[in-house]
Amino acid sequence: MSTTTRSAALHLGLIALIAVLGLILPAYHQGNLARILVLATYAIGYNVLFGYAGLLSLGHAMFFGAGMYGLGLAMHHGDVSALPAFVIGIACAAALSAVVAMLALRTIGVAFMIVTLMFSQTAFLTVLYFGTWTRGDEGFVLAQASRSIAGLDLSNPDIRFYAALILFSAALLITARMMQVRFGHVLIAVRENEERTRMLGYDVFRHKFLAVVISGTISGAAGAAYALLFGYVGATFTSVQYSIFPLLWVLLGGAGTTIGPFVGALFMFYLIDYTSGLTSAYMLIAGVVLVLLTLFARAGIMGEVRKRWLRWLP
Amino acid sequence: MSLLRTKGLTKVFAGLTAVNDVDLTVEAGRVHALIGPNGAGKSTLVGMIAGRISPTKGNVWFDEVDVTALPAHKRMRMGMAYTFQITAVYARLTLFDNLALALRDQHRDKVLAALDRVGLADRADSLAGDLSYGHQRLLEIAMGVAQAPRLLILDEPTQGLAESEITGFNTLIRQLAGETTILLIEHNMNVVMELADHITVLETGEVLASGTPDEIRASAEVQEAYLGTGDAET
Amino acid sequence: MLAMLEGAVGAAVLALTALGLSLVFGVMRVVNVAHGEFYMLGAVLAWFIATSLGGHPAIGFLAALIIAPLVAGIIAVAADWLVLKHLDYDPESTIVATIGLLYIMQQSALMLYGPEARPVEPPFNSRIALPWVEWGENGLALFYPWGLGTTTYKLFVIAAAATILVAFWLFLSRSRFGLIMRATQLDSETALAFAIPVEKVYALVFGLGAALAAMAAVLIVPIQQAHYLMGGEPLLLSFIVVIIGGLGSIRGTIFAALLIGMSDGIISVFFSPTLAKIIATLLVALVLVFRPQGLFGKKPA
Repeated sequence: MSTTTRSAALHLGLIALIAVLGLILPAYHQGNLARILVLATYAIGYNVLFGYAGLLSLGHAMFFGAGMYGLGLAMHHGDVSALPAFVIGIACAAALSAVVAMLALRTIGVAFMIVTLMFSQTAFLTVLYFGTWTRGDEGFVLAQASRSIAGLDLSNPDIRFYAALILFSAALLITARMMQVRFGHVLIAVRENEERTRMLGYDVFRHKFLAVVISGTISGAAGAAYALLFGYVGATFTSVQYSIFPLLWVLLGGAGTTIGPFVGALFMFYLIDYTSGLTSAYMLIAGVVLVLLTLFARAGIMGEVRKRWLRWLP
Repeated sequence: MSLLRTKGLTKVFAGLTAVNDVDLTVEAGRVHALIGPNGAGKSTLVGMIAGRISPTKGNVWFDEVDVTALPAHKRMRMGMAYTFQITAVYARLTLFDNLALALRDQHRDKVLAALDRVGLADRADSLAGDLSYGHQRLLEIAMGVAQAPRLLILDEPTQGLAESEITGFNTLIRQLAGETTILLIEHNMNVVMELADHITVLETGEVLASGTPDEIRASAEVQEAYLGTGDAET
Repeated sequence: MLAMLEGAVGAAVLALTALGLSLVFGVMRVVNVAHGEFYMLGAVLAWFIATSLGGHPAIGFLAALIIAPLVAGIIAVAADWLVLKHLDYDPESTIVATIGLLYIMQQSALMLYGPEARPVEPPFNSRIALPWVEWGENGLALFYPWGLGTTTYKLFVIAAAATILVAFWLFLSRSRFGLIMRATQLDSETALAFAIPVEKVYALVFGLGAALAAMAAVLIVPIQQAHYLMGGEPLLLSFIVVIIGGLGSIRGTIFAALLIGMSDGIISVFFSPTLAKIIATLLVALVLVFRPQGLFGKKPA
């Protein structure tokens, strides 16, 4: 079996498996999995920039938030219906990523991390500042009646689940394909040795720019979907914590692998779910996992699998 | 018609003049060597030619086109290729992937053929980082050649190579000399004398002398400044 | 004038905190995102010490001033020895690791100290009315406008911070360890060649940075309260100070701290605090984008 065929089998197989789980899982876990699928989409977006392009952003919550608020404000204040609002959400995230890319890509390494963090904080504070419309930390609820597309009620758990799965599948397959074509290969080359790649005739800036925009747009789509499917928009999703989460998920699952983001999101979701039953200080576990990962397993779960056993793993 | 021409090329780094008013002409089809003591400004000069460093003053023409303001990657697309002084291959990628990037093509046959030119086709699936230093250098040259450049710029290509590897390198360059023009920074005088059609000597950022190997060997100034120290190989 | 005095108190404490961050980055080239949490640790420890010792608040305060920075320093040294050292101080990995450290410290505080904000009594605290100069009937005269006053404690904070800063500057420029630190900052490889135990120096520097932050927090906690989330703002402000003031230079840090401390107070009075923070955050980002100047990661050519 060629690598492309194996890759297709892996991705489609995973999607099929999740589709089946959607039918048989009890309500609580089905709901969790739906949430995980949307968050995994966010992680997939983050992985494009961190795993493949090698740029560590500490501010992705601003993209997730742009999608969320783009859709949320349009629906709540603008009376826009779900599908167009979703497009608006994605467009907001795309626009924001382009602007941030133009500025942040002028820096490298640690400066890039700090700059993205600062821009994201600005976004978060701006959401709080315009509390009259955004309701700040408290957030607002999207009316159930408005959350439907083509007559399908997205608050219905089953419909919600499969909508989340469609979103996730799209992100997964697009990203997987992207890494198989020239653009993806050059992205990795830029990550591995930027100067070398430049001297092979590739426009490094253009590739990084597109990486940021694609990454931000996918993250924004996840944000918009989260609001649409779970009916709530709040400032927490633009806070630093929501910038750290995708980093955590991708590191844990395996940066630079296609299914790593999903694995990481799944694992952490249930780990935090379990820990928050024990204490209100559940982020402690996130801290511990981060430290352990950087010390012992930078490749993450799927990364280690790829290193040791399945060399062909995309 | 010269393939590459510079005029008045100057680079000043915060008070230090690394390259001063250099006029250089490289004719198509030749092997042109750039020599000079450490710190003479060779890498900086070549950096300006390749587009990695922007000049303080002066111009660069490639194929009679003024490329002074053109970014490096566009110059590469115009037909330049560049190998780094410190080997810069993609250590974590396979030889195949390395060459595929250089070729801008994924077709198995083409990539293997390109690898074959330097005798590395049988290692196509090894990681570049696992290669010996000499082989990594070869890989990098293969990558440069794969781009079918009009001008191949080699920055100290034999540094760190064993004698036998240097002989292989010389043979390779002589084979290439027909298809492409080569601009080579070298410290190894044996290699220079054997390969070069034309030599430019740089000292403290300025052109000291320029001519055929015989002329350079005979030049009193060059003897005094460089060759005469007996420091023929570094 | 009142705003300025309040600003001065904030600036004094900020200068100490930022110095700790600047020191760590200057010598180790490490951005310690958990720096704010060491600050918080200082405040929380101060509360613990003051509460357990009882008696006159001055005793608790004095004890806290000595013990809290020491404990913070020890924890920092441990963190460096167990984690950062093994990452070879790689810039990316250390940031991620210190983020992890941030959550560990913050959430531990939540678990052990609780979510409430608790006050600590200052060791002394009497109001002082401040005079103002005006043209009166008989020429220049001092008078005491109602409401214009400060407390002896606040003046003490400013004095104490200034003293510590001066002491530190002396330490850095005169002592042997200061010399070692500066040498390691300039060129760690050469320092190694001179038999300077670079790793141990790093551990001590990391500890020192944390201790400074903790000390600053002990000074401020009688005025503010100790809360497990209080590390966030000092972290942000320290970042701003360090980026604007330049690294490793004590003068730059003090100057920037004064600037930021004063203006933060003034802006907050006239605009909303949120807007002030928005401006500050955006400013940091834009400074980094347009004047990278070898501030982070790039060694000067």
